[in-house]
Formats: sequence, structure tokens, C-alpha cells
Amino acid sequence: MSTGTMFDKIWDAHVAAQVSADIALLHVDRHLVHELTTVEAIRVLERRDLPVRDPGLTFATLDHVISTQPGRSPDGEPWASDMIDGLREQTTRLGIDRFDTHDGRQGIVHVIGPEQGLSLPGTTIVCGDSHTCTHGAFGALAWGIGSSEQVHVLATQTIRQRRPPTLRITLNGTPGPHACAKDVILHVIGKLGVSAASGYAVEFAGDCVSGFDMESRMTLCNLAIELGARVGMVAPDDITYAYLRGRPYAPKGADFDMAVSHWSLLPSAPDAQFDRELSVDVSGIGPVVTWGTSPEHAIACEGVVPDPAAESDLSVRQGMVAAQTYMRLTPGQALAGTPIDRVFIGSCANGRLSDLRAAAAVIQGRRVADHVRAWVVPGSMPVKKQAEQEGLDRIFIAAGFDWREPGCSMCVGANGDMVAPGERCVSTSNRNFVGRQGPGALTHLASPATAAASAIAGHIHHPAAVLELA
Amino acid sequence: MKRFTPCSSPVAVIDRDNVDTDMIVRIERMTTLKRGQFGPWAFEMLRYRADGSEDETFVLNREPFRQARILLGRSNFGCGSSREMAVWALDDFGIRCVIAESFGDIFYNNCLQNGVLPIRLSAARIAELAVPAAAGQTMTVDLEQRTITVQDGPTLSFEFAEHPRQALLQGLDEIDQSLLLREDIEAFRLRDRASRPWVYATATP
Repeated sequence: MSTGTMFDKIWDAHVAAQVSADIALLHVDRHLVHELTTVEAIRVLERRDLPVRDPGLTFATLDHVISTQPGRSPDGEPWASDMIDGLREQTTRLGIDRFDTHDGRQGIVHVIGPEQGLSLPGTTIVCGDSHTCTHGAFGALAWGIGSSEQVHVLATQTIRQRRPPTLRITLNGTPGPHACAKDVILHVIGKLGVSAASGYAVEFAGDCVSGFDMESRMTLCNLAIELGARVGMVAPDDITYAYLRGRPYAPKGADFDMAVSHWSLLPSAPDAQFDRELSVDVSGIGPVVTWGTSPEHAIACEGVVPDPAAESDLSVRQGMVAAQTYMRLTPGQALAGTPIDRVFIGSCANGRLSDLRAAAAVIQGRRVADHVRAWVVPGSMPVKKQAEQEGLDRIFIAAGFDWREPGCSMCVGANGDMVAPGERCVSTSNRNFVGRQGPGALTHLASPATAAASAIAGHIHHPAAVLELA
Repeated sequence: MKRFTPCSSPVAVIDRDNVDTDMIVRIERMTTLKRGQFGPWAFEMLRYRADGSEDETFVLNREPFRQARILLGRSNFGCGSSREMAVWALDDFGIRCVIAESFGDIFYNNCLQNGVLPIRLSAARIAELAVPAAAGQTMTVDLEQRTITVQDGPTLSFEFAEHPRQALLQGLDEIDQSLLLREDIEAFRLRDRASRPWVYATATP
């Protein structure tokens, strides 16, 4: 039985009513909404003649289906512009704050929550998107919900939840100089598997995690869902508070100090009991790239495609064979050197300023290989603006990258930004499922630096090896 | 929500781990279709070839499984995206029950919200059921009794938490139930607002 963990403290502080022994009605502190799932949820609510209980704790943005075309215009989407119009109309009418293109605040929901200071330690945050676990980087309980649950949250500002068991994943050791948070979490998923944390509330711990800056923690927690976790969390600390201070929706002045004194009580007690503990050694790891169609198909960038024959579990073996057939790879083949067609730098996993800086550092003064189409899609308009002030856009454009408008884009293809059938893409997103980036698309997940190096080389390439290119 | 009543049908075996919700319904369908229209698009990447013709090697394109109301999966069924349209697609196709070793967490909750019964069984039990299922035998799932009965075969029992079981059996609506707790919710907010005022800076009274 879990006691004294950060999860337990936050859960207990949000129980508005106990519905049954293990199901609670939890208060929702922030309901983040976007155009893909919310328009219909609000319609359902209104058909039932129910008001939105707390439009002031509901925050909207446009990210999934909005165009990312440079210089995009209204109604520039290949389909579903009605979702965008619908969300604008609904949020204006209902008094829901919307982060939109005209005010320069639009972006991917999991980028703008932190950026605006909405994602705070000790809060509950839900959104109709599975990568809502990203906000756990702040020591928040944050998880993705379905459309029906969204209607419930809109109507009551609460959600019914079965209390999940807790799992602490301790990362031991110091990653190598060319590994970032994306490499660390892909390595962890590769070691533990995509259902290792199924149904658990995960807390990431260890010196590696506490040494991460906030954007690295967001990347780490973003992929917690790819371990099957309900939530992924990191304890708040001075790095968290320094990030939040001065953000538009973060508390101000004396309120901030009061909040910090509250937040500093959140971390798990030294004698906290987790339902389960796991640890992963991340010492000296380098860049990690996926070879298959599941995030657990992750190996070192300089590794070779594994041989299914060496796998003892029949269903895992069958999965590996199917993945290699789909990905057009053979056992023993070196991953590095595999020719690619596309590069995508962006998404809620890696669309933040530090990600763009890491990619630009690799690209500076170099050219994208002639046969590669490479895109940078900043995670939000503020990220884009800051990157432009630093001149990163000019580095990307000079190298031959498309510098696009913010949105989810080619991570999920909901706006028509897709990889063509049979094309191979190195992507900084979080899912390499069959067809995820488009029917027949072949996706390799990687860090921004590895994606950038691969764009230059024209094949999957180690970021440190870019210097060796002519 | 519709009630879950005993369900008898052939059982389609989806013989792979980690069936993700992108596989169950593609993102393009979410942006263009409404609830009730997803049935033909359930599992489209497995059901149809690139030219749009049916791939007869996929179980749902074969008799008697076109009439399947029950799916038998393996581990981590419904992982990935939170899209509720994955459950709508199964529901629109006619699926009333999914049996698997484990489920993606959000998908599992979405099933409960739509009257679709997600049953967890051990890998060994699933392997047992897979044989009569593949042979096209009818099975009956009874949530009242918590049993799965194979036609001309054994009856297995399964576990299911009592609260969601009653909700599925009675077709209870969560929102109606939660609105009955309005006083508790408002009392909570008053207390919480006093101790964490910064959380409520933008809140509606």
C-alpha cells in the first residue's frame, strides 16, 4: 500500500467525494482543451442543457488540426477548419480563455500549459490527449482523458478516478555527453517495455532526473504514457520554481512565496512507500533511435537491428518480425547509415526552445542532404518568436529546413502534415506506431540533435559524427 | 449509456500485443466523421489494402467474424492515443466486449464510458479461449454472472470491479451521478480555495 508519496499527497488533497472504496471524485484544477476532441464534447454538454461549471479553469488552444504552413491563413487546413471555427465560437461564447494565433499565444497544449505558468506543482491537470502526462514534470497529477470524461469535467470540474498504484522509477548514473532527456526516456522504454508501468502513477527519481532542466523533465514525462503509465511525475524543486516565476498565469509576489512553501511539502517523504520500485542504469548512454513500430523498439544509434530469433517470448518475437517487415529492415543491419526521406523536429515531446537550440547547434553552417525534406515545427508561437530572436530560424532556413508555424503537425498528421507511404522519417515525436505519421510511413524516433544530424547526413546519423561530414 | 446485456457471438482474435488506438481508428477519420459513422473504418489499416479492397487475411473480413461482437486481444490492447473514437469505432462496428490480458489505461476508461465491456484475463486463459474462438465457436459473455461460456465448452469466470459493473449493467450516467454530489464538490472548492488561492486565481465562483 502506497503511503507518503508525492502522488498520495496530491491525490488526497483533491478528493471532493469518495464514490466507492477505490474510486474518488477528484477536483480538476486545470482542464486544457483543444479543437480535435473538445468541440464535440461541448456540443454533447449543450445538448444535455448543462452549463460549463468553471470556464475560468478551462483553457483552450488550437494545435491538432491547425495548419502549420508557413504564413498560414484562416481556413488553411485541408479538412476540419470547422473544428477550429467551432472551438473559437464555443470558447468565446462560454468565456473560456483561448490561446490563439491573433494573440501570439497559440501552440501545442503541452507546450503552452508550462509556458504560460498554468501547469503548477500539486495541481490536477486533464486534457483530451494522452500526452497530458507531460505536465507531471512540475509535480502535478496530469493525465489524458476521453471525450466522455471531458464532458464530465466540463459539467462538474471534477473527474471520477480509480486510485492507481504507485511506481518509482529511479534512473541511476549520468548519461553520456551526446544524450539528452529524449535518449534517456527512449532507453528506459527500451529496457522496461511499453507496458512496464501500465496503470501506475509513476514518479521518476534519481540524480539524472533532478539534474534535468524543466524542458528535459517535460520530455521525460511526455513519454511516460509510452510506458503505459497513467501519470509520470518529477518532484518540484528550485529548478521548477525558477522556471515558473514570472510566467503569465503563475502566482505573483507574496502569492508565489506562499505557493512555494506549499509546493516544497509535495515531494515524496524519505520513508515513502511505493507499491513498486524499478531502476534503470543510464550511465554513459549515447543517442537512442527506434528501429520498429513501438517505442520499446529502441537501441543505441550505433547499434544493429536486433534478431527476433534471439527472443524467447513468442508474442514479442512475432511483434519484432512484423515491425521489421513494416520498417523494411533486416536483423543485424546497422541502424546508422539507413537512408531517410524526411526529418521532423517538433511535437509536445521535443518542440521547445532547448530542443530547437540543440538541433540548430548541429546544423549551423551545414546543408540538409538533397534528397531529404526537413521540417522544424516550433511547439508554440512564443517558442517560435524566441527562436527567431536568437536567429535559429535563419540557421534552419539556410540549411534547407522548412521553418513552419506551431502545431502538432507530423507527429499525428491530424492536419494533413504526413509522411508519404514508404517514406522513412527521423522524428522527434513520441510514437512510431504503424501509420502514425501517415499510411505506410516509416518512423524512427530520436532526439532533436540526432534528427538534425540525420537531416544533414541523409541517413540515420550520430550527432557527434556530423563533424566528420564533408 | 446503454446497458450491458449478455452478449453471444463469434469471437474475433486480434492476435498481437500493443494494439494501439491509431490502429483501431485513423486520425483522418476523427476529423471528418461523426459518431455512428466509424464502423467501416475500424481497423482500416488491417482491413483494407492500399487499393481499398478488403484483405481477406484479416479476421474481421472473414465469416463468421464479420458478425463478431466480442474481440479477443493480447497484452496492452488500446494503448497510445486517448481518442475515444477508437471505442466508438468498435461500438459502431458492433463490438460489445473486448477481452485482453491488459489494456491501455485511457482506452479502458473510454470503454466503461460507452457501455463496452473490457475484460482482463490471464495470458493462459486467453490462449485457452483462442482455440474455440479461431474455430468460429460462439461465446456468451454475461456480466451479471461474470462468466464467459464457450458454446459446447467450458464456462470461465472473470473478475470485474463492483462499481463499474453496476454502472455497465444499469447503464448509469456518470455525470448525473456526480451532479448529485454537487454540495460535496462546492464544499471542497471553498476549503481548497482557502488553502491554495493561487490555483483559483482565474476560477469562476
